Amino acid sequence: MDIVVTGILLSGTYALIAIGLTLQYGVARIMNLANGETLVAACFAAFWLFVTFQVSPLVGLLVIAPAAFALNWAIYRVLLAPLVARAKSRGALEVDAILATFGLLFLLQGLMLLGFGGEYFTYSFLAEPFRILGNPYGLNRVVAFAAAVVIAGLLFLFLNRTRGGTALRAVAVAPEAALLVAIDVPRFAAFAFALGGAVTAAGGTLLSTFYTFNASMGVVFTMKALIIVVMGGVGDIRGAVLAALILGLAETAVASLVDPGLTLAATYGLFILTLLFRPQGLFGRPAS
Amino acid sequence: MTIGLHERLGLHGRLLGAALLAAGMAGLAASPWAPALAQDKVKIGASAAKTGPLAGGTAVTHWPNIQLWVHDVNAKGGLKVGDKRIPVELIEYDDRTSNEEAVKNVQRLATVDEADFIVAPYGTGINLATAPLFARYGYPQIAVTAVTDKADEFAGRWPNSFWTLGTSTAFAASVADVLARLRDAGTIGSKVALVNVADAFGIELANAGREALKAQNFEIVYDSSYPLGTQDLAPVINGAKAAAPDAFVAFSYPPDTFALTEQARISDFSPKAFYVGVATAFPAFAGKFGAAAQGILGAGGVNAGTDEMKAYRARHKEVTGKDADYWASPVMYASLQMLEQAVERAGTLDRAKVMEQLKNASFDTVMGEVTFDGNVNRKFWTVGQWQDGVFHGVASTGLPGEVAPVAKEGWK
Repeated sequence: MDIVVTGILLSGTYALIAIGLTLQYGVARIMNLANGETLVAACFAAFWLFVTFQVSPLVGLLVIAPAAFALNWAIYRVLLAPLVARAKSRGALEVDAILATFGLLFLLQGLMLLGFGGEYFTYSFLAEPFRILGNPYGLNRVVAFAAAVVIAGLLFLFLNRTRGGTALRAVAVAPEAALLVAIDVPRFAAFAFALGGAVTAAGGTLLSTFYTFNASMGVVFTMKALIIVVMGGVGDIRGAVLAALILGLAETAVASLVDPGLTLAATYGLFILTLLFRPQGLFGRPAS
Repeated sequence: MTIGLHERLGLHGRLLGAALLAAGMAGLAASPWAPALAQDKVKIGASAAKTGPLAGGTAVTHWPNIQLWVHDVNAKGGLKVGDKRIPVELIEYDDRTSNEEAVKNVQRLATVDEADFIVAPYGTGINLATAPLFARYGYPQIAVTAVTDKADEFAGRWPNSFWTLGTSTAFAASVADVLARLRDAGTIGSKVALVNVADAFGIELANAGREALKAQNFEIVYDSSYPLGTQDLAPVINGAKAAAPDAFVAFSYPPDTFALTEQARISDFSPKAFYVGVATAFPAFAGKFGAAAQGILGAGGVNAGTDEMKAYRARHKEVTGKDADYWASPVMYASLQMLEQAVERAGTLDRAKVMEQLKNASFDTVMGEVTFDGNVNRKFWTVGQWQDGVFHGVASTGLPGEVAPVAKEGWK
């Protein structure tokens, strides 16, 4: 039971890391390699607000997520929209986007190094035991999990129950056809990218309450997010959540029952199995 | 035609003149009093991580101390060479935590920038990767942040290399010694939970630690490792807790040192002896855990009581704006002091002569007296403990100022 709860809490963390990227990649078609840097930047913002102004990260979320939304909107408009406009095919756009966001990764990392230096940052927030079925768990992790559930739930409802969400999904499935039914594709793509950035930043804010981070760590999160997004199926919130859940449970089970040294092996083992038997991901559509 | 001849003569004349001038200059440069004219600053090269996985450590231990030393030396008017002082100029490169990049940087410092001295890089692997270059270009390499059991072997292979921070066997054996002392005092029993990060330093220490603990008749009731970079360590702490040990020993790296400690606190896992590895001595550790850090053991330690150390810590804070750590920071500064004193004793910037002064010599540093015995410093701190907000050294290989280890009493 302890393993299940720990695993589920860990999966909440993973979901927070991955949902933003799945929006950016699935809908806006931008494979954002700077996703992890967005997350770490949010960690820094939360740290700075907490240490300098004693602002709780949960309140900080209300500032950081909208700021990330605006910033990512601007990044899409200035940096990525020209690439989208000139791309002849989806493949060409992916290559261009990867190269552009690869550069963005170094820019953001450099800015963070300039602002905060290279050392490790960590602070204590809600680092107290929270009892579930008699066992203690970190309250900060429980809060992050709850937030992940809320964010994923809201996104799911938005995508499936609202007009805007339906339009977003239409853009994800068939951008050309979406144009034919009078969907402003560039605008929705920008919106999806910005929303993905905001969700990533929200994840970073919550993660900073229990992760030690430094300016160079973004790529670690990008890798994890990539695995989850590819496993879950590109552009599908349910897939990302399910993949996060599977990974969280599998890693915790392996660490507790077999050996903590094999968690990475378990992660990549599952990843390879998914690629072998369901290359389009758990909820993905087969490539046409 | 005549004009052409004139031109040619003129050209030859000019060429001749230029050649004579060049020869004169060369003669000038070769004359004995020329070098004194040439050198109006001492170039100190430094290459270490500013980005990449090791940047978190260099930003605490490496760069601030180079900055502080250059500041201190220049405040005195410069490096004392013979009877004059020459200001120090610092050239910094980022090795991006990559061996290849570090090798290129050291080569560039030696050949393009023509640095007078090069500060040894940060990290065991990168120090070993660049050692052949230091040797080839004849630079002394006073390695600090390189902990290895093969210091003697390396010092033999590269006679220009010096090793200061200690050996992994000594670090691991000291942990067992401290636990044995706590057991003799009746504080703990014989059951130990041992975990390590599955990376070079963690594995080497765990292997040595396992042997040392067994030699002291400790029973290892939980023994596991976790991958580099793991911060979700609830299964590890819960596994260790389930084994009900008297002591917890983790040979960990910075992010996991924090994560293990926080998880232990949440899981209310509080053995009387709690040891975590690298970064326990960092100011950020006390910053995060505050009073809860009381009684936590970790790698490193200093003799916090000396006036030199107190003055050093105050100056570090004043000049760099951040606190020094309680382990490698002062050793890093001391390594630069040793270079400074060796230059002073040699009375020249001639690297071969400076190196002669480093070999088998003693130096007066912020760490007290440091002696190279066959290029290796044999007396170093191994285990420290947070006691009332200061990380005191509790075990060393023969240094004065050890403080007795105390029991860790629950989480505050």
